[in-house]
Amino acid sequence: VSEHIVSPRIYLGIILTLMVLTGATVWAATLELGPLNIVVALAIATCKATLVILYFMHARYSPRRTQLVIIAGIFWLAILIFMTMADYLTRSWQHM
Amino acid sequence: VHRTGELYGHYQTLEQQREASSLGMWVFLITEMLFFGGIFLTYTVNRQAYPVAFGAGSRTLDLALGGFNTAVLLASSFTMAMAVWASQAGKKKLIPLFLTLTLILGGIFLGVKVIEYSQKFEHHLVPGRSFHMPEDVSAAALAQDPDLQTHAQLFFSLYFGMTGLHALHMIVGAGLLIWLLRGSVRGRFTPDYSTPVELVGLYWHFVDIVWIYLFPLLYLIDRHKSG
Repeated sequence: VSEHIVSPRIYLGIILTLMVLTGATVWAATLELGPLNIVVALAIATCKATLVILYFMHARYSPRRTQLVIIAGIFWLAILIFMTMADYLTRSWQHM
Repeated sequence: VHRTGELYGHYQTLEQQREASSLGMWVFLITEMLFFGGIFLTYTVNRQAYPVAFGAGSRTLDLALGGFNTAVLLASSFTMAMAVWASQAGKKKLIPLFLTLTLILGGIFLGVKVIEYSQKFEHHLVPGRSFHMPEDVSAAALAQDPDLQTHAQLFFSLYFGMTGLHALHMIVGAGLLIWLLRGSVRGRFTPDYSTPVELVGLYWHFVDIVWIYLFPLLYLIDRHKSG
């Protein structure tokens, strides 16, 4: 009965990275980047979420089947967001 | 028999049994992801429609408290991951320690949330009859969006709805942690049977990820604009 045990050293490295990224996103929010502010904030958030999924949630060490289910779920979420925004962002006849 | 990690009849190996449990948890978390995804989408569409009011509303949030809470919740994910490690590695005495730390950090997060909510009540920023955006914040914004008071209430409805649902998930998580704590003190979790700790861990980390997105969307992205 073997399963992959993630070592505390890796968890420590991940949490430190997450804290640094949190500091970075707060700092980036004070800069004037125009439309890029939201892009930077969401990019950093996605980096943090990816680290949590891969290491804290063991996705990296999970069976392929589980990984496929996770990716399919995220893909479904992407469809939800992409299709809805493709609609709302192109309603040029409306004053949004 | 059913709670000691013995093999159920419909599985061939313990490993297969464990993978099935974790897969089932992931499927549940994906339904959660789509549930929260729909709410995030509602926020995005409305922010797109009323950028001035949403910006003004966002800047009334307390960045220091929000940032502190983000760090607290990330730290709680770390202690939760350590509880999973302790149970997988057979460090029986460390499991209740890390679970307790996770519970304390989760409690701090909810406590700070209570402070933030009460500030919003004091400042008349809860949607309803007494809602009123402060003049100094909305002076410049009012020129751009005459209906700012109405649109800002939409922001705060979403703020309370999203952070409230997140907090509700944390409260459920705290209940699960207390349940795990009870089991861990009795020595229930061993390297052969750490599934409950692992699955609650997955849930706790998921709730952390929801906050990882809530924090920039609610507190950060309109911070750089003035007025």
